[in-house]
Amino acid sequence: MPGVRLWQSVWRRVGPVACLAVCAGFWTCPKAAAQPPTALQHTTIVLDAAHGGEDLGAALGSVPGAEAAAPEKVVTLALSQRLRALLTARGFAVVETRQGDVAMDEDARATASNRVRAEACLVLHATNAGSGVHLFVSSLAPMPTQLLMPWKTAQAAQVTNSLKLGNAIHAALSAAGRDGDLALTIPTTLGRTTLPGIDSMSCPAVAVELAPLRDKDGKVTSEVTDADYQTRVLNALAAALLEWRSEAGAA
Amino acid sequence: MTPRYQKILFVVLFAASVAMTAVLVRLRERAHDRLLQTAMSEGTTAPTVAPLEQVTLMVADDETSTLAPETIALPLPDDPQARARAVLNRLLSQYYGAQSQHPLPPVVNPVESVFLMPLRRASEDSGKSTDRIAIVNLSTQFAASHPSGLETETLTVLSISATLHANLPQVMEVRFLVGGEQQATLHGHADLTQTYLTAASAAASGAQP
Ligand SMILES: [Zn+2]
Repeated sequence: MPGVRLWQSVWRRVGPVACLAVCAGFWTCPKAAAQPPTALQHTTIVLDAAHGGEDLGAALGSVPGAEAAAPEKVVTLALSQRLRALLTARGFAVVETRQGDVAMDEDARATASNRVRAEACLVLHATNAGSGVHLFVSSLAPMPTQLLMPWKTAQAAQVTNSLKLGNAIHAALSAAGRDGDLALTIPTTLGRTTLPGIDSMSCPAVAVELAPLRDKDGKVTSEVTDADYQTRVLNALAAALLEWRSEAGAA
Repeated sequence: MTPRYQKILFVVLFAASVAMTAVLVRLRERAHDRLLQTAMSEGTTAPTVAPLEQVTLMVADDETSTLAPETIALPLPDDPQARARAVLNRLLSQYYGAQSQHPLPPVVNPVESVFLMPLRRASEDSGKSTDRIAIVNLSTQFAASHPSGLETETLTVLSISATLHANLPQVMEVRFLVGGEQQATLHGHADLTQTYLTAASAAASGAQP
């Protein structure tokens, strides 16, 4: 049968390539994908500004939905750029998953993160709900690093480190208001949940969600768009990453 | 050359398979609609003659990012699926209003239906386990009006999962639909493509047992 023969010939040529492509889609090799660091290379931090393009994220500000409300994608990009400047000044090498208003899916973000051997990856979000800073670490169960990690659960090898990083950031944010003024304290929570982008990252990774500051009656005292509030949070994040780098260097 | 009778046979079989696909798709859609219609027509409130029962709500708190148990008395229908739906709608109504520790905008019947199905694990003999997976079908209005954020959406999902387990201990896993369809996230953040383990939901949010 000529039809069958044609398929057999096509399969013989395309089959092995197709199989390899499918396997590559399901598996990741974090060590092979990462660039080996040189003596001159700085500690690398990946900053992932969540949302972008048509994905606006939350409408932030006093009146969500109103024209004046800032889309979350704009705030996260601004946070990423400001934090990049702070970290570069402290001698870090910084990689941003997006530098403009572009749409990126979770796989593309994880791919961009896994391309570099990062010591820490921060995924930046902002919200109107709750107060202070919400930190999230992947809820995957820890497992030892293997040569080939399944793409969807690559973070499992780094969950223990991600929790340490989360605790370091938590401590730095909690210490941010200790200089004699309790009103400057940034309430911080640390939780765990399923995070599709982070679950595929092969670096210690924490999602950082900035929420407004509120008084004891729940009234907003600092919006997430407040530049002073952002500066305090970003300085605390930079301090946490300095601490993280020195601990990694000592280990 | 392919014989003529083989060509005709191929065309007939191909046409038959296309027709059968169309019929199966249509039947599946009708069954889906019928299932949703039945579930939505179940009462969320019990008849007034139903006795009050103790119900444990796992209530979310945005400030501490935790769940806390709260016991209330509620009249409940007999059917387990209708009971689950009534408990969840009562839980979510707890969050309406700015004074709530986890404020959500009010929505009528935010949970359209709950399906309880046997949970089969590969390691177990089929039919012996009483464990259940709950499929919670949220209304599109509830998802669209839910505040957008990682913490707030996560707490809603964990609160629903932990409340189901607190009142129906056989519910070990929970999956979510929105308007009868699978949706990627609740409102941009909480992942709804995953199965949530009810025991882990309580632990992840620091809830007391
Ligand atoms: Zn976000």
